[in-house]
Amino acid sequence: MSLHDLLLAPFADYGFMRRALVACFCLGLGSGPVGVLLMLRRMSLVGDSLSHAVLPGAAVGFLFAGFSLTAMGIGGLIAGLAVAILSGIVSRTTSLREDASFATFYLTSLAAGVLIVSLRGSSRDLLHVLFGTILAIDAPALYLVATIASLTLIILAIVYRPLIAECFDPGFLRAVGGRGPLHHLVFLFLVVLNLVAGFQALGTLMAVGLMMLPAAIARLWARSVPGMFIVAASTAALSGFIGLIASFHLGYASGPCIILTASLLYCVSLLAAPSGAVRRLFPRPHLTG
Amino acid sequence: MNNTDPAAAEAGGRLISLSNVTVAYDRRPAVHHLSGSFLPGSMTAIAGPNGAGKSTLVKALMNQLPVVEGHIDHAELSSRDFGYLPQAAEIDRSFPLSVGDTVMLGGWHVVGAFRGITAAITAKAREALSAVGLEGFERRPIGSLSAGQFQRVLFARLLLQDARVILLDEPFTAIDARTTRDLMDILLRWHRDGRTIIAVLHDFEQVRAHFPETLLIAREPIGWGPTSSVMTAENLLKARAMAENWDDFAEVCHRPGNKAA
Repeated sequence: MSLHDLLLAPFADYGFMRRALVACFCLGLGSGPVGVLLMLRRMSLVGDSLSHAVLPGAAVGFLFAGFSLTAMGIGGLIAGLAVAILSGIVSRTTSLREDASFATFYLTSLAAGVLIVSLRGSSRDLLHVLFGTILAIDAPALYLVATIASLTLIILAIVYRPLIAECFDPGFLRAVGGRGPLHHLVFLFLVVLNLVAGFQALGTLMAVGLMMLPAAIARLWARSVPGMFIVAASTAALSGFIGLIASFHLGYASGPCIILTASLLYCVSLLAAPSGAVRRLFPRPHLTG
Repeated sequence: MNNTDPAAAEAGGRLISLSNVTVAYDRRPAVHHLSGSFLPGSMTAIAGPNGAGKSTLVKALMNQLPVVEGHIDHAELSSRDFGYLPQAAEIDRSFPLSVGDTVMLGGWHVVGAFRGITAAITAKAREALSAVGLEGFERRPIGSLSAGQFQRVLFARLLLQDARVILLDEPFTAIDARTTRDLMDILLRWHRDGRTIIAVLHDFEQVRAHFPETLLIAREPIGWGPTSSVMTAENLLKARAMAENWDDFAEVCHRPGNKAA
């Protein structure tokens, strides 16, 4: 098998592979930076909770319109935002912290979502919703994913400074009247939006994978926030490329292959990154000053 | 407690006045029935034992905590006029941000959330950094700084903020003598510029040496006025004896506003 057969032929020969690859690139561009910010805000697990919260909305969309990605996407967006906002309200008005209120709401939504899907669909449909169907992405779905990625980058560019200032020193932003809660809400909106995009491709359970794994990898390699964005977006895209190729040649499910590739890159980073294990085992001599 | 003297206050124009202020956590008062005012250009230390409500008071002054009784009047000041240095523990020092960017946050009132950083602000940030003795540190990540250096960076940010009222919450905790001296010089310069300075401090020697006014607080106000008349042995003893015990059966407080405190 030539290198061309191995790496390029699947994409040259099959339209669904090309669309899947472009979808992965778009997901990486949007989810990568969002994941980095989630991690810096110490909300890594909030992304996970929100991805589960998308499920009942998607399920209601499925009930009304069958397996339509648009209907399920809109439903998921509404459900995810509702959980994000409700959790915010609960954590600001009660003694529960944000992580606890997220956990309670997402468990509720997950149970409700599975129940709704099982009311109408088969277990095969449930599998599609939970684990996604990246190879079934058609042109309209691709446009949706691409639009979400573009929108994410534009909005992030606008709210970048207040978001960074709030992660770093929330007291300062409050003192200068920087409207932290508003930007926090905009950011949560972006998280949900990207999870909806990811859910089309990877399903509600793994949508968060292309968000948090690249973010963790980025933190290991890069020192500045923009540098982390670049590393995260490129590792997400690379995971998509390698994962799709592996799934094509080996005949494995594509979603898990993509996420496992990202996990593999993460393990390599744990060893080889500047702050990783290899550096600790083989320390370089110290400098003069 | 003579700075509530009506004549003096009238002449200087009170900048921030508190009348019968109580701030509580879960109904338990942390600052209890405090009245008085900060005059423009004054330099006041807030002193007292741990748990005396010093940080709580500063947060209430910054509108970051609600007042459950009484009110704080700083009508002629906007948020732009306040420079606030929170306790060191509230800032994420491992955040991947450069020293230069951190200092330039102080230009928030000029650039806000969306406008671009101008060359003028970059130049001012560089000046501020050299004023705190950190020349050429712009590109260093803040995670690589020592506690003292990081405090200097926060002072540089305050310099850039150019605020009329500067509130500092324990600015010299865990800071060595030399850094403390340098930063105290900056405080004194601000005082000479006519800015109003309010600082929470633990070191009574420091308070006596540099701060003309002191508010001694132990949940209840104990004294507020010229440092020499407030920081007396008798008052300090009173502050130390602050009831730290937790009364499970505390009743509702019916004390009317005690303006003279």
